[in-house]
Amino acid sequence: MNPGLNAALNSGMAPVATPWFFYALAGMAVVSALLVITLRNAVHAALALIVTLLSVASLYLMLYAPFVTGVQIVVYAGGIMVLFLFVIMLVNIERSSKEHRFNRIWPAGLAAACALLALFVSAFVKGKALFADRGMPLPESSNTQQIATMLYGEAGRMGQYTFAFEIASLLLLVAILGAVIMTKKKI
Amino acid sequence: MPNFIMSYLGSTVTPGEAGNQFWALIYVLIIFAGVSVAVIAMNWIERKALAHFQVRLGPMRVGPHGLLQPIADAVKLMLKEDIIPAEADQFVFWVAPLIGLLAAFTVYTVIPFGPSQAVSDMNIGILFMLGVSSLGVLGVVVAGWASNSHYPLIGALRSSAQMVSYEVAMGLAVVSAILMTSMNASGTGTLSMIGIVQAQQQQGVWFIFKFFPLGLLALVIFAIAMIAETNRAPFDLAEAESELTAGYHTEYSGLRWSLFMLSEYAAMIAVSSIAVTLWLGGWMRPFPNLLHAPAWDFIFSLFPGLTFLGLAAIAFIGTARMPSHSFFKIQCIGLAVFAALLGFIALLLLVAAVAGRSADTSLAARFNEGIGYVYWFVLKVAVFMYLFIWYRATWPRYRFDQLMKIGWKVMLPISLGVLVLTAIVGVIAS
Repeated sequence: MNPGLNAALNSGMAPVATPWFFYALAGMAVVSALLVITLRNAVHAALALIVTLLSVASLYLMLYAPFVTGVQIVVYAGGIMVLFLFVIMLVNIERSSKEHRFNRIWPAGLAAACALLALFVSAFVKGKALFADRGMPLPESSNTQQIATMLYGEAGRMGQYTFAFEIASLLLLVAILGAVIMTKKKI
Repeated sequence: MPNFIMSYLGSTVTPGEAGNQFWALIYVLIIFAGVSVAVIAMNWIERKALAHFQVRLGPMRVGPHGLLQPIADAVKLMLKEDIIPAEADQFVFWVAPLIGLLAAFTVYTVIPFGPSQAVSDMNIGILFMLGVSSLGVLGVVVAGWASNSHYPLIGALRSSAQMVSYEVAMGLAVVSAILMTSMNASGTGTLSMIGIVQAQQQQGVWFIFKFFPLGLLALVIFAIAMIAETNRAPFDLAEAESELTAGYHTEYSGLRWSLFMLSEYAAMIAVSSIAVTLWLGGWMRPFPNLLHAPAWDFIFSLFPGLTFLGLAAIAFIGTARMPSHSFFKIQCIGLAVFAALLGFIALLLLVAAVAGRSADTSLAARFNEGIGYVYWFVLKVAVFMYLFIWYRATWPRYRFDQLMKIGWKVMLPISLGVLVLTAIVGVIAS
């Protein structure tokens, strides 16, 4: 058992992360992710992607990160996937399902997937040596508040990630402006 | 076993917090049954109220004043042939109503009917509610697509565009209410549904009256957005019967169609509960801080019983006014029995209120308190549910471009302005 979980247990949190739940959710995520790339019908693939996103959100919940779960559901499952479906419904499904599925870049995709897998395995094997264990699990009851403190800082002190967070939001603003300019012929 | 039950009834936390799966399951079952009964009642009230708005009688034949009409409808829908169009996408067609139903009912896990009368108090309560209720649109979109027909597809497209647009204004209105929860000594707000109501109790003001008129404006924006979110008139473009026959559920029939109706009404109750929790003080009775003497507690604890007494009186008057023809004999007896039942419930509640007064630490007091919390919460939600009917009877349906214009050019700027002003006033006030 890692020190983070130990500390979490000592601070009085009930162990919700039972192995059964983990394997069920992880299995669901993997199977539905495979379905996303193998199903011929684009809408079916999008539905499988929603299942993947929701099971990953539940995994975040098991890691005592409720805020990330909420954001995952609101932004990805509720917002982006609705737009995905919106676009897919306008596409001619009949024609696209008859087309050849894998184009010529699949060896590159396979290589990238293998590299990612190798990265995960190496992180799993020697992760303890590579990343220092902060040993600071955010208590579930104040998780959201702690994230806010990290992002925005407390009274009179800038947060750890304030600058990066603001830059990221600026980037999003640029993307929004770009989308508006592309759709408008005359500004 | 009785000891176990008694020990739980004395506890002051939600089953989720206590880690008690058994009580959580019981709460879930109670809520499921309660919401289903509320949907049935809402169905009858909506038809009756709409009829009276239009100077009609509404359902009168099945049972006294059509009271059994929803049950007759349910039986009809269950016996009706369930058709899946040959060209439809079988699996998606089958799963679409279930998505909507799941999204509508999952939300109820965090709705606080009282400080301990909720299945669980999540740290991200309001975020969870907004997220899961926004999943409901997936059911609508997927249903429209799977029908493989023109009108449902147009309805689904309209619905997805509409929900995505109104979610923005809705979210910003909610954020301005959450900002108000941080107006305390420590300066930390909360997203937990129970925490939001407790913040209102602590600050001694419902958020609708906080920073007047900012709180009121936020509630108005939310109230408009929630009609659009639940696809109700005047924003029911997704099922506009004059243009799209029945919109996204044109091809559905029988039980599957009734599942769509059930999830629509369950979602209406859920969003009304969000509005009540965020702005109208959730389970709190009027003036809990100003009028907090035991005498006032007693007076307010009589309200649930008196409400049922009033309902019983209405039913008795209805019985007395029944035509005395022998044709109406069975209906007359039925209504009298119904009135007697309501009167019995009223008597029970009044006895509990009096008993709870004399012994203030006993189980009776706890029970009484719980009844009070649920009563005030349900009463406030009922006001919103009545408003849904009222809107439907009053306003004509918007055109789609008007709907989008209101969403993006009116609601969004106002909600952004309210958010910014709330933040400024909050900083000045603290």
